[in-house]
Amino acid sequence: MRRFHILVVWMVAATVAAMGQQTQTPAPAQSTADDKAAMDKRLRDLEDRIVMLEGEIRQLKAQSAPPAAGTATTATGTQPPTQEPGAQQAPPSAPVSQAEAVRLGGAGGAASKALNPDISMIGDFIASAGHNPINPTPSFQMHESELGIQAIIDPYARGDFFLSFGEEGVDLEEGYITFTALPASFVARAGKMRAAFGKVNTLHNHVLPWVNRPLVTQNLVGGEDGIDDAGVSVQRILPAPKNWFMEFTGQVYRGDSSDIYRAENKNDVSVVGHLRTYKDLTESTNLDLGGSYSRGHNLFGTDFITNLYGIDATFRWKPLQRAIYHSFVARSEFIWRQQNQPSITVCGTTCPPFSTSGFQRAFGFYTSADYQLGRRWFLGARIDRSDRPFNASLVDNGGSLVLTYWPSEFAQLRAQYQLTRYAENFDSHELFVQLQFALGAHGAHPF
Amino acid sequence: MKLRSKLFGIVVSAMLVVMLLLPSAAEAKKLKVITTLTDLASLTQEVGGDKVDVEALAKGYQDPHFVEPKPSFLLKLRNADLLILVGLELEIGWLPPLITQSGNGKIQPGGLGYLDASQFAQILEIPQGSVTRAEGDVHPMGNPHYWLDSDNGRRIAKGIAAKLSALDPGDQAYFQQREQDFETRLAEADKKWLTLMAPYHGRKVVTYHRSWPNFAKHFGLDVIGYIEPRPGIPPTPSHTIDLVNQMKREGVKIELIEPYFDLKTPNSIASMVNGKVVVLMPSVGGKPEITDYFKLFDYDIALLTKAFEETK
Repeated sequence: MRRFHILVVWMVAATVAAMGQQTQTPAPAQSTADDKAAMDKRLRDLEDRIVMLEGEIRQLKAQSAPPAAGTATTATGTQPPTQEPGAQQAPPSAPVSQAEAVRLGGAGGAASKALNPDISMIGDFIASAGHNPINPTPSFQMHESELGIQAIIDPYARGDFFLSFGEEGVDLEEGYITFTALPASFVARAGKMRAAFGKVNTLHNHVLPWVNRPLVTQNLVGGEDGIDDAGVSVQRILPAPKNWFMEFTGQVYRGDSSDIYRAENKNDVSVVGHLRTYKDLTESTNLDLGGSYSRGHNLFGTDFITNLYGIDATFRWKPLQRAIYHSFVARSEFIWRQQNQPSITVCGTTCPPFSTSGFQRAFGFYTSADYQLGRRWFLGARIDRSDRPFNASLVDNGGSLVLTYWPSEFAQLRAQYQLTRYAENFDSHELFVQLQFALGAHGAHPF
Repeated sequence: MKLRSKLFGIVVSAMLVVMLLLPSAAEAKKLKVITTLTDLASLTQEVGGDKVDVEALAKGYQDPHFVEPKPSFLLKLRNADLLILVGLELEIGWLPPLITQSGNGKIQPGGLGYLDASQFAQILEIPQGSVTRAEGDVHPMGNPHYWLDSDNGRRIAKGIAAKLSALDPGDQAYFQQREQDFETRLAEADKKWLTLMAPYHGRKVVTYHRSWPNFAKHFGLDVIGYIEPRPGIPPTPSHTIDLVNQMKREGVKIELIEPYFDLKTPNSIASMVNGKVVVLMPSVGGKPEITDYFKLFDYDIALLTKAFEETK
């Protein structure tokens, strides 16, 4: 900080000196008006120069190390150019700092806080009432605490980590590197990530418009975790008619995802392909269409394959001038899951619940609509229907009403009434109340 | 099943090969500049003239904090030579994922085609000490509504001219000449605006959001309060009553409102203090007739002087 103060003092001194020189210059025989105009211009230029230097200082402050840290230059060579000469002398603590730099890798023990990643925590507390023996939920639960750690790695890539803390364990929900400067406009990712299958599978819990995920997601696409696996992803915007957006994403994963895929050997990888088409219908409305395909080896072994097909559609209305008060979103996903599975006499007690023998063709969908009533209030509804994956003759149906209140941008209170008619002819009536709250700088999610 | 798997693999590989062979951007002689706000687009157009193709992402009547990061914006960003943003975290809620998804290495933060205009401007309301969200949606690096000061407009134009010159050195003289011309015209216009506003120097006003500190400073207005109790927090009854009492006490009659805020609370305050709501435009394009940076100030100052006259 000291070096910035010195820099400011230097700037002010230089400015005053320059002004002094200007005022001491013998006045030419010009009109007073011309002199005044010239002086005004000089003053303005000097003022602009000071403002620009202030801007540079702001940038340096954001990029460089604090004085204590700056004295111990790390191997990364991030020393600011304006460092005062005295700071070049290595203090006694320098060897320690250098040792830290080695131990901590590229970040360095003396790295500035300014270079720390953005850190956020999003709490998700859910209270529930009602009876549901098929899919029971506790009366109160700290359902999830999502820790987000995000930063730009270098000029070519950024890194994003999302750790999901439950009440009893921790799970790496996502952790990946995104290569942002590849040739031919490709964007690539490597790490663990939510697969680009449909819409809901890509969404973190805190950006869902409901307390829980739709039945079709829970039954056919791996429940809350969904297709979430380690692998690589490549996406690119495709040529399309004017004003149409088209993007293809191709992904290859290890092949382990919830109750959908299991890899018994390294060849049992799963793949996901997603084609997205988008168009602005007007400046306030748009249509988002997608088609998805995924394939992998299922729980029954290498010889048993599961195929997932999905189509999704989203219509959005948001009047630009009143965007913070009113909006409407209607969305729907249709998903087909086809898998071959052995006779239940073969898998016996290891069969998943409700399993039956032979090839299963399961289908499910959800349709939902959300209307923003005012700056803080949202009203929504969702209709669910889904076959069970291991016995497609069993069908669950459901419906939900959702009311959401935003005290601020960083907290949300939501109530959801849900009726589920399970295949066993059992009706479940449940009421959920959810409180979500965000700490720190959580990066915006893709649209 | 294996056949299907192979077929899918072949289709995916073929698509990737086709995508690689396709040209990533259409050849264009003009620099393609994308700005987040229309004001930056207007300043870029002033400096870049016919050597640039410039387009803004947000509309002038849109709240710049809450723009949807629509995929159609990616079509604009993917081929951009230069992205100019307001910075100071104004666009933090929507711009970063667009930049990441654009597949355009030039406009990534730190790249040659990434320009944060805040570095050229005088920034006000930089918080001192620790910052928490108990103070609302504060901007830790200072108030980002800095373009509403014509002095900052001039400084930003200079910065843009330097950046355009770096990207297109062959046209450096052209950009510098246009910047000088803009500066001259802006100085003349500013003299006129200051003259128009001079009778109202020191007049007290309230504003809805903290959008006008640079504007108020430049024209000598005194902002004594805000309709939002905290930045980003909608008006509350208790805060509104306090504000009305303060306005009555200090004889404040004018409320400055951005076009994207609801007028219910401002109108009720106006009726209680016998005042006037003035919907000022914070950006170029806020109204069809506000086609450039000059007309933005023309429009706002005409409205404001009329309102001051009516509430003498």
